[in-house]
Amino acid sequence: MKSITKLLASAALATATLAGAATAQDDPFQVGFIYVGSVGDLGWTYEHDQGRLAVEEHFGDAVETVYLENVPEGADAERAITQMILGGADMVFTTSFGYMDPTNAVAAQFPDVYFEHATGYRRDTPNVSTYSARFYEGRAVIGHIAGHMTESNIIGYIGSYPIPEVIRGINSAFLHAREVNPDVEMRVVWAYTWFDPAAEADAAQALIDAGADVIMQHTDSTAPQTVAQEAGIISFGQASDMYQFAPAPRVASIIDNWAPYYIARVEAAMNGTWESMDTWDGIGPGMVEIGEMTDAIPEEVRASATEMMEAIAAGEYHPFTGPINRQDGTAWLAEGEVADDGTLAGMDFYVEGLTGEIPN
Amino acid sequence: MIRLEKRPTPSRFWSLSTPVIAVILTMIAGGLMFAALGQDPVEAIRVIFWDPLFHPQFASYSRPQLLVKAGPLILIAIGLSLGFRAGIWNIGAEGQYIIGAICGAAFGLALYPSENILIFPGMVIVGALGGWAWAMIPGILKTRFRTNEILVSLLLVYVAEAILASAATNWLRNPEARGFPGSRNLARHPGTDNPELIAGTGMHWGVVAAFIAVIAAYVLLNRHVLGYQIKLAGQAPRAARFAGVEPTRLVLLCLGVSGALAGMAGLFEVSGPAGQISIDFNSGYGFTAIIVAFLGRLHPVGILLAGLLMALTYIGGELAQLMLGVPAPAIQAFQGMLLFFLLALDVLSNFRIRFGTGRAAA
Repeated sequence: MKSITKLLASAALATATLAGAATAQDDPFQVGFIYVGSVGDLGWTYEHDQGRLAVEEHFGDAVETVYLENVPEGADAERAITQMILGGADMVFTTSFGYMDPTNAVAAQFPDVYFEHATGYRRDTPNVSTYSARFYEGRAVIGHIAGHMTESNIIGYIGSYPIPEVIRGINSAFLHAREVNPDVEMRVVWAYTWFDPAAEADAAQALIDAGADVIMQHTDSTAPQTVAQEAGIISFGQASDMYQFAPAPRVASIIDNWAPYYIARVEAAMNGTWESMDTWDGIGPGMVEIGEMTDAIPEEVRASATEMMEAIAAGEYHPFTGPINRQDGTAWLAEGEVADDGTLAGMDFYVEGLTGEIPN
Repeated sequence: MIRLEKRPTPSRFWSLSTPVIAVILTMIAGGLMFAALGQDPVEAIRVIFWDPLFHPQFASYSRPQLLVKAGPLILIAIGLSLGFRAGIWNIGAEGQYIIGAICGAAFGLALYPSENILIFPGMVIVGALGGWAWAMIPGILKTRFRTNEILVSLLLVYVAEAILASAATNWLRNPEARGFPGSRNLARHPGTDNPELIAGTGMHWGVVAAFIAVIAAYVLLNRHVLGYQIKLAGQAPRAARFAGVEPTRLVLLCLGVSGALAGMAGLFEVSGPAGQISIDFNSGYGFTAIIVAFLGRLHPVGILLAGLLMALTYIGGELAQLMLGVPAPAIQAFQGMLLFFLLALDVLSNFRIRFGTGRAAA
């Protein structure tokens, strides 16, 4: 039955390439992107779309890109991906964790199409790869800056959901803030959303009311930046540069730069060297970037932050290097020990010094 | 001068033809919007309404998907329509949908990894009960304390979303998922799955349930005393009371039925097309179903057609994004226009438009 479906699909595809001559003369390699948000969100989806545009620019006429935005992560994702392939996509990037099962389900039906799933871990068939960025490396750098900058010694952190990715970021930022400022405390507010300007603004305000004079966010809208601006405090851009809020409140940012990876993977797929793999890149390969540090940061702090960034990029420094204890005081990493990727990927605990509990 | 004059009884002609006119007006206004966005309006409309059904490349896949998308919308809208006819406004079907899915999924997962064939029927019942219970909160608050069911049911959606996030990140989380959110995949485990019943048709138990609900609602409204009471309560509440209709019972019944159907819809989705409880499992079916109910004139057959039409705009909208690069928000605006024109035209079935000066005017 499945082979019949495939046959039908490829037959349909063949007629499509013939019929589609009006739009595509030379049958370019078609690359599709599934976005969870809108390309204008100025955060997560925006950066993936920048990656798509970079692919278009790099390959010119040889590659054609299509995208679907605002695709819900539930029942609709599988249909959206399938329609994209029926429309002629040779390669699909699904750019949100919630697309993991749909991506693998569709990949099983279309063995000739390349699939790249962001932030997931399942690669059921040899035509699926996964990729993500070591955002915690960037968090270490901005945590370092935040520790220096805070005067109230309270850093506010807007979390999206209590998942390993977010907890890892909180731990990394906190460790490096505390390293330069032993009095620093971190308050975490869970917004339970990735993108909801109103909820994010409320969270930012709550943190400011609690005394925070530096705000970090792990949500995608610019609403916390606006609130920080009104309150006259400091913030950091998230996912995209959010440079419109520089030089303050936004004093630096963590930028997801997917372009080099997207170009490399499309190239590999086109010349037949593509293989199923898991990529977890950080500052070194350029998947994570620190946006321009503004003059609002003292020069010596900029210098030490840059130094840390370079050490991470060169592989000389790992943000999770022992000694580090868990929140309950038990030992996690011994002196000089470096966290392994498995523990980091599933991180579900706070490090020592963080107050509050990870919500259930 | 234009005046509106109330009709003694709603016009049958207008109430039947306004949905059609609303669709046509939506096409015209939507076409203008697409033109303003630099698209060929005729082509955009064709891609949305025609291509999912007849495009050689997509139709064989899209047609069954229409049923998959329309199934939950119809199932929820049928339940809502009973209450809406009686003047009982359950706006929180989205919350009942979520709670139904969580309860049913929890039941199935509690018995994991058993593959007993009774598990799925059990999940359906527990899902329906979950939705029913969630709808009973506004129901009991209304009948006991005269709270407004619109507000209570709507606000409970946000409570349900918080419970969903907690379930996905914590107590229903897949223990093998390395700390990532989301439950086990129910659709891929025999015993908890809601599969496609006939390959290539998109038919799953939720679609079957939707068709049964359409027929049952039709019979109820036309042949059963309860259907008569529902209609009477909506049209003439005072007369209904004289005729022995007990408002408390009717409120609990209408909210309960709509909650149970929404809960079932959630269960069928989580065990089929969606596959798992995840943070963003709900994708607005409970709200879209309100549009479907009104678009279908609160009539079972109308709702069936409206659900399919709504599904068509979703799937066609995706094709328009893919093939023409129409931005997704434009598609959502297009769907919004449909409801706008429908409600605006609703005036025509209840009022007559008179031109000239009114005699009563001073």
